Amino acid sequence: MASISLRNVVKRYRTGKTEIQVIHGVSAEIADHEFIVIVGPSGCGKSTLLRMVAGLEDISGGDIAIGSRVVNTLEPAERDIAMVFQNYALYPHMSVFDNMAYGLKIKKVPAAEIAQRVDKAAAILELGQLLQRKPRELSGGQRQRVAMGRAIVRQPQVFLFDEPLSNLDAKLRAQTRLEIQKLHRELGITSLFVTHDQVEAMTLAQRMMVMNGGKMEQFGTPDEVYSRPATTFVASFMGSPPMNLLNHAPGGKAGSILGIRPEHLDTGKSGWELQVETVELLGAERLVHARLGAEKLIIRTHEDQGAPAVGSTIHALPREERLHWFDAATGQRL
Amino acid sequence: MVEKRPGLTFLSHLILLIGVAIVAFPLYITFVGSTQTSEQIAQSFPMSMLPGTNALETYRTALFGGFTSAGSQIPAAAPMMWVSLVSALIITIGKISISLLSAFAIVYFRFPFRTLVFWMIFVTLMLPVEVRIGPTYEVVANLGMLNSYAGLTVPLIASATATFLFRQFFLTVPDELVEAARMDGAGPMRFFKDILLPLSSTSIAALFVIQFIYGWNQYLWPLLVTTEESMYPVVMGIKRLISGESYTEWNVVMATAILAMLPPAVVVMLMQRWFVKGLVDTEK
Repeated sequence: MASISLRNVVKRYRTGKTEIQVIHGVSAEIADHEFIVIVGPSGCGKSTLLRMVAGLEDISGGDIAIGSRVVNTLEPAERDIAMVFQNYALYPHMSVFDNMAYGLKIKKVPAAEIAQRVDKAAAILELGQLLQRKPRELSGGQRQRVAMGRAIVRQPQVFLFDEPLSNLDAKLRAQTRLEIQKLHRELGITSLFVTHDQVEAMTLAQRMMVMNGGKMEQFGTPDEVYSRPATTFVASFMGSPPMNLLNHAPGGKAGSILGIRPEHLDTGKSGWELQVETVELLGAERLVHARLGAEKLIIRTHEDQGAPAVGSTIHALPREERLHWFDAATGQRL
Repeated sequence: MVEKRPGLTFLSHLILLIGVAIVAFPLYITFVGSTQTSEQIAQSFPMSMLPGTNALETYRTALFGGFTSAGSQIPAAAPMMWVSLVSALIITIGKISISLLSAFAIVYFRFPFRTLVFWMIFVTLMLPVEVRIGPTYEVVANLGMLNSYAGLTVPLIASATATFLFRQFFLTVPDELVEAARMDGAGPMRFFKDILLPLSSTSIAALFVIQFIYGWNQYLWPLLVTTEESMYPVVMGIKRLISGESYTEWNVVMATAILAMLPPAVVVMLMQRWFVKGLVDTEK
């Protein structure tokens, strides 16, 4: 059983006399075989959380359990996990084969079995031709695949990915994303994937954890997170361009914020009266930056609808079923 | 100055040639002197610049000792070269091993008084052998280590420079390698042996050259610590040949000097190939 259990996990750093708490009581239950993405802006604590699951950081409070074992005091090598790092972390002086075999060698796995596992992983990741090369002779994408191969041969209960696609160029990123999905389909190993990129999160996750400032804001499927965001932060983090959040929406109660996504505003003859400030042409669609009184809005319109002139007045009607209301004080969904 | 001006190229080459001549000329004289007989050197002024014919005889006398035509007894240089070689190797290997381990401890471990230890090592940089020679001699003598390889090498083995060099290098090793090794289950010494050492091979090669030459050229300390001829290193041997109590056989002196220069030169040439290769190879 390779479930992961985070129970009120807390992380504190002590520098001299002061103590800062960076993770504030995160709790989550992750089932076996799930692919979980932890997403959030830089500094939100997602890498710290991952490293606590890995054992590379101490846990200041709470428990982390992998399977049914509480792993707080276990060394990384004892937790039956494998990690893929952002900078690949391949041993530069060893060949690809030796890089993948190193962990097994330390565990005193017999040579024949090592060769078999490495060959199998190499076959899955198409690294067969590269086994004798050194890391400096490989491209970035190949190095990342070797890093994944190193994780696979350990046959762990859990895979941990720490922003593995951040160092790849855009095209390679898309390609490797698909490979990771394929890998998960074939191997079905519970995975925790950390990223700051919401596109990666939406496409890879079966469930995603949105973090901000050390707190877990929402934990749900991509659909739930996108269509029913739990807080204003989640609402504005997911989606590009971000959801429009209005403090003084027409028809809104005092003390509440209205959220409506740019694609859920229909321009036409009736609705809110907006002054157009800028129009961005993106080929298949347009982004109209407009102003409602003192607040700014973005509307996404299709190329077939005419482009409004800058400075003109347009009308846009929000779709009733797509309105989101949040409490202005707490940011929570109403 | 990107444009090629023949005048400046000629001038720069001329200056470089003069520099080479200044460095190489004394070596050349030494070599020429070692190929002549002592009478030829003593009698002709200035000394002939062309190599003589007495090379074989001179080198044989220098290496294996014997009586010269002028009647002085020359001690054999070969055993002295052996002493130099053994003590230089012990010093080099000892220095490198100790410094690797201390740099490893300082960089990768947190222990009480860590900062104090670091500064103490730093302070020893201000205490070369010459400053502490009196007390060190007393300790070595009291421990009965005079006239032994231990006495020649142990007081010279600790090295702050090498420790710093390795510390600087270890600080450039990315943290993720350490973490990946931890995930793979490698303990600290395993990490040291399998990952740090291979990565440090360039630094080790460079330090090997420097420390070998340092160990080979030790003069003051062996002078104090050895009284038996069998434990004299070759640099002391050269000095003893110029004693002035009898007729100085300059050709033998020069031959011994050339012999004394050979092993360090060989070490530099061999290691150069290795650490240039290492420099070309390592890039992450």
